[in-house]
Amino acid sequence: MAVVFEKPKSLTDTVFHYCPGCTHGIVHRLVAETMDELGIEGKAIGIAPVGCSVLAYNYFACDMIEAAHGRAPAVATGVKRALPDRVVFTYQGDGDLASIGLCETVSAACRGENITVIFINNAIYGMTGGQMAPTSLIGQVTQTSPYGRDPKTQGYPIRICELLSTLEAPAYLERVTVNSVKNVKNAKKAIKKAFQNQIDGKGFSLVEVLSSCPTNWGKTPQKALEWIDEAMIPQYPLGVYRDKEAE
Amino acid sequence: MKEKVLMKGNEAIAEAAILAGCRHYFGYPITPQTEVAAYMAKKMPKIGGTFLQAESEIAAINMVYGVASTGKPAMTSSSSPGIALKCEGISYLAGADLPAFIVNVQRGGPGLGGIQPSQSDYFLATRGPGHGDFHVLVFAPASVQEMADLTGRALHLAWRYRMPAMLLADGTMGQMMEPVALPDECQAFGSDNPWAATGTECRRPHNIINSLELAPEKLEQSNFARFERYAEIEKTETAWEEYRMEDAEICIVSYGITARISRNAIVEARKEGIKVGMIRPITLWPFPKAPLLAAAEKVDSFLCVEMNMGQMKEDVELAVRCRKPVDLCCRVGGMIPTPDEVLAHIRKLAEGGNK
Amino acid sequence: MAKLTFREDLCKGYGLCVNACPKHILALSNTRLNQKGYTPVEMTKPEECIGCAFCATMCPDCVITVER
Repeated sequence: MAVVFEKPKSLTDTVFHYCPGCTHGIVHRLVAETMDELGIEGKAIGIAPVGCSVLAYNYFACDMIEAAHGRAPAVATGVKRALPDRVVFTYQGDGDLASIGLCETVSAACRGENITVIFINNAIYGMTGGQMAPTSLIGQVTQTSPYGRDPKTQGYPIRICELLSTLEAPAYLERVTVNSVKNVKNAKKAIKKAFQNQIDGKGFSLVEVLSSCPTNWGKTPQKALEWIDEAMIPQYPLGVYRDKEAE
Repeated sequence: MKEKVLMKGNEAIAEAAILAGCRHYFGYPITPQTEVAAYMAKKMPKIGGTFLQAESEIAAINMVYGVASTGKPAMTSSSSPGIALKCEGISYLAGADLPAFIVNVQRGGPGLGGIQPSQSDYFLATRGPGHGDFHVLVFAPASVQEMADLTGRALHLAWRYRMPAMLLADGTMGQMMEPVALPDECQAFGSDNPWAATGTECRRPHNIINSLELAPEKLEQSNFARFERYAEIEKTETAWEEYRMEDAEICIVSYGITARISRNAIVEARKEGIKVGMIRPITLWPFPKAPLLAAAEKVDSFLCVEMNMGQMKEDVELAVRCRKPVDLCCRVGGMIPTPDEVLAHIRKLAEGGNK
Repeated sequence: MAKLTFREDLCKGYGLCVNACPKHILALSNTRLNQKGYTPVEMTKPEECIGCAFCATMCPDCVITVER
């Protein structure tokens, strides 16, 4: 018998702090599997700013940098300019990437920085206990939208892949999710492609992953996965929004 | 003697940084320091370096953070309102024990203020520009030559002590043209930085660049350790210049452009027989407390000359432990004191106006 | 013929693996708690495992190693 599935080597042995059923862990594993398969653990430098994934530096076995809230794309720009032969990725949540760090996100994408961005969209601020995110859905109840997100006063959810797809420079933009075996496999393909693009010098690649937050959504882990299908995907359709290679 | 070239202060900073081995510059346009960026934009592509006009001051300092994380020297430059935006990043640099070189060519404030010269970021620079307990090295050049020399020194010390360093100039110094003997090219930075995030090559445990520590007892320890280093730096890196202090009864304390103005006033006052000298801090942090305290034993009074509402005056009073009166001669909002104004203040003190 | 090994103390007992299993041979324990105090996953019919690794694919905590 041969081992067909095990914890990737690019993850350390540190136990994830994530809440039960949170799919951050799946995405971490996919990134680590990608590093294993592409043989880049020793060349990779990851940047995880503030949010639930702030402790990602304990989990990835490659060199890691913790950054200020929203600033990972700028930090990644610095790292990549200093060490162009390294594989530089950021791992950011929705509050980080789509709210406080939106300027850094758009600008790095606009410059076509040759980096890989993994964007976790779970429509809520998880680390601080469930506040409204820029990606929270209309009507979504959170600590700071206790009557449901009202577009009249709180605006509409932001669609990052669609937004960035209006730019000239990005090489690859895809939205995936990890709520089923099939979708996890697709997500893996997208993440691997986003890293391969960087190795091939193709420029800015971003994979948006619709992810679950059972704790702050007030749902069981299984129900949370179902909510991604029912509520999130209609607002955030899965698919490739830019693939320069295919164009 | 080395041949001198005529340069603007801002350009001298840029050239000196390149000569010191800095190959990564990130900035955002703001008056009156834009020449630094323009110089870098011209020069960096030709020498294999990075010039990048960032989307914001915040992004620029975080790009510096990124380069610094790899152990390579990086810098940014700005002016007062832009430096305020960088403070978040400077705090993170300090918390992660990363070196960085930050140029602040000050202008008048607060708010958008004006674009004329000022020294009103003294508090901001010397109290730790950002949240949390920390310091940055602060250098106050008083000539274009010092703009160049202190740039090299700041870069070198930032990397030696793994902490941010700030060159605190002002709009006058930035725009002023003077002959400069540029420093020799040197590699002030070792390439061996075992702490840096450069990729493990699967040959060592992963390095983590980080300022987060959730265990309060550990965070306390890291603060203690940082301040032990600061204490060492205060002992070894404090720099100042004394002028005509041998028999002085009045001691002017001034830095940067106002020190030059004060020097002219001292020459005139001496002609009138007034015994006045000057202690010019070259580092504002660490602040030259010891020479000021020593001077307090000899002089009758101190006179701070600065282009702010007396921010350094507080440090002088603390340094001399209020043993002698400390007076203030200041102009603000982009106004520059004339030598005559300073001279008038000196005369007033000499006549016992402060006793 | 396939074999699952569980790093049981990492299990947070929420059963995403249980739902993913096409053979319905995984269940959360009714009788045991792990180090963390969760009811860890167990195989009810190990002999029926086909080694598809669906369980491991859906596990966010890398609890499961699959051999085939």
